[in-house]
Amino acid sequence: MPRSRFSRLALSGVTALALGLSGGALAQQAVTLLNVSYDPTREFYREYNNAFAAHWEAETGQRVTVRMSHGGSGSQARSVIDGLDADVVTLALAYDVDALHDRAQLIPEDWQTRLPQNSSPYTSTIVLLVRAGNPKNIRDWDDLVRKDVQVITPNPKTSGGARWNYLAAWGYALEKYGDEAKAYEFVRDIYANVPVLDPAARGATNTFVQRRIGDVFIAWENEAFLSVEQLGRGQYEIVVPSVSILAEPPVTVVDRNVDRKGTREPAQAYLEFLYGETAQRLAGKHYYRPSNPGILAEFSDRFPEVKLHTVDDWFGGWRNAQETHFNDGGVFDRILAEIH
Amino acid sequence: MTLALRQPSVIPGFGITLGFTLFYLGLILLIPIGAFLLYTAQMSWADFWQAVSHRQVVASYKLSFGASLIAALLNLVFGAIVAWVLVRYRFFGKRVIDALVDLPFAMPTAVAGIALVTLYASTGWVGQYLEILGLRVAYTQLGVVVALTYIGLPFVVRTVQPVLEDLDRELEEASAILGANRLTTLRRVILPALLPALLTGFALAFARALGEYGSVIFIAGNLPFRTEITPLLIVAKAEQYDYPGAAAIGTVMLLAAFVLLLLINALQWWTARYTRR
Repeated sequence: MPRSRFSRLALSGVTALALGLSGGALAQQAVTLLNVSYDPTREFYREYNNAFAAHWEAETGQRVTVRMSHGGSGSQARSVIDGLDADVVTLALAYDVDALHDRAQLIPEDWQTRLPQNSSPYTSTIVLLVRAGNPKNIRDWDDLVRKDVQVITPNPKTSGGARWNYLAAWGYALEKYGDEAKAYEFVRDIYANVPVLDPAARGATNTFVQRRIGDVFIAWENEAFLSVEQLGRGQYEIVVPSVSILAEPPVTVVDRNVDRKGTREPAQAYLEFLYGETAQRLAGKHYYRPSNPGILAEFSDRFPEVKLHTVDDWFGGWRNAQETHFNDGGVFDRILAEIH
Repeated sequence: MTLALRQPSVIPGFGITLGFTLFYLGLILLIPIGAFLLYTAQMSWADFWQAVSHRQVVASYKLSFGASLIAALLNLVFGAIVAWVLVRYRFFGKRVIDALVDLPFAMPTAVAGIALVTLYASTGWVGQYLEILGLRVAYTQLGVVVALTYIGLPFVVRTVQPVLEDLDRELEEASAILGANRLTTLRRVILPALLPALLTGFALAFARALGEYGSVIFIAGNLPFRTEITPLLIVAKAEQYDYPGAAAIGTVMLLAAFVLLLLINALQWWTARYTRR
């Protein structure tokens, strides 16, 4: 009995030592990155993180674990400003990333020029999701102002994604009528058809899909695909409008954090690898438009050609768009006051 | 014996416990409140007034305070009945029902919101029949009241229950023997004893409803000027990094809630004096 107890003790000692040693060796090598992202990128990054970890280990011998944080784009940006230790952020709109510079100097002002394509390795656009058979015959933005059509879109004051929806509609009207006043009326008439104004995209999807309210749901293309695939195959159709906006969800390293943690090298590589062929195909698989034209072409049956404009073309950048349209006392507030 | 007399309290030291109480309240309560009052203090009076008196914000106060008040009143009446049934009667499944009362405490509010809207939407189990009656709950102000009633239910039940359990049945018997009818007994014997607990439950349910966000936003529809609650506007302000603006509206909510709770406490104190006579 005493012998067996002794041997057990010895064994556990050896095990503890072994664990301690190997743990020490790993700790020297392994690195953990935190990617703070927004909601619908969950599936994409789950797959991408594995691909990147394999690539990085093959390249450098270092093991990398990427932890994810998902949430509304704006509240994620606020968490990083308030001290969430993100190595990289991959958010829904540049305005939220700009805030990391404007509010907390976490990144330089020219962050968006550091990576190709406005730091957006994958893009999307705004499309119209309708019920099977398109019973209200919705073909383009013009149909959304019809009196018999109910439109579902979240509140652009609280949802970053919904700001793209609003700007896409505004841009379309501007392009068609060439006149700000007409664009105002057009967007106002769309919001007059909105029966429920959810604070976030997830809630709006729920309203349209589960509650079956509304005839058309303005959505990001990738989320529209997810709704069609996951929530009800054959119950919805995607209508691609004639003109839309190029939704660029940008990525950046959070300089202040990576320099403090000494993780700049893997964090930088993590973002650059997003532009590689593997990641571009993964993006396409998860319904984001790859920025690499060759790979985009491989998915041409999935992504029809649309005339796409950027926020810079139409609105002179996000800071401007936010200031003019969405801040308190802005155009959207005037629209709401006029409708209600 | 003398030692026992000098130490009447189980927990030693008035000084230490009071000190701890103040420290604890300061840490948990006063510092966060102080922080957002500080945000508010950065604003000029004109900015503050503009932020809190905007037409859209005022409409949301009316909804938030109105719906919370109605919900708390509903809970006051029906919560008291639930408590009565749970204390005074024995029946099959009583334990289960007793446990169910706490469900709104435990359930994540977003889940509650989604569940409620699933039931009450015009396609839902309940909503489709209400629709026939011309009653729409989901995406109306009524929906806000329903959600707030749901989350406030346990407060009145749980504050009234123990008081009711301690209430001597002999008092009612005495009242009956002295010739009082049921209504008189209820009015003169039972209600006065329950009143402080009822008021506390009411105040808690009301306060909880004022701050509720998660469940309401799913069922409210959130249309500006109509079904938009004040906490949502605070979130909207924070979303554009307008922290002072968000804090300003929060301050108004806080002050109004504080005054109302103070009034309820005063009422409680007054009834306690009045009934102890």
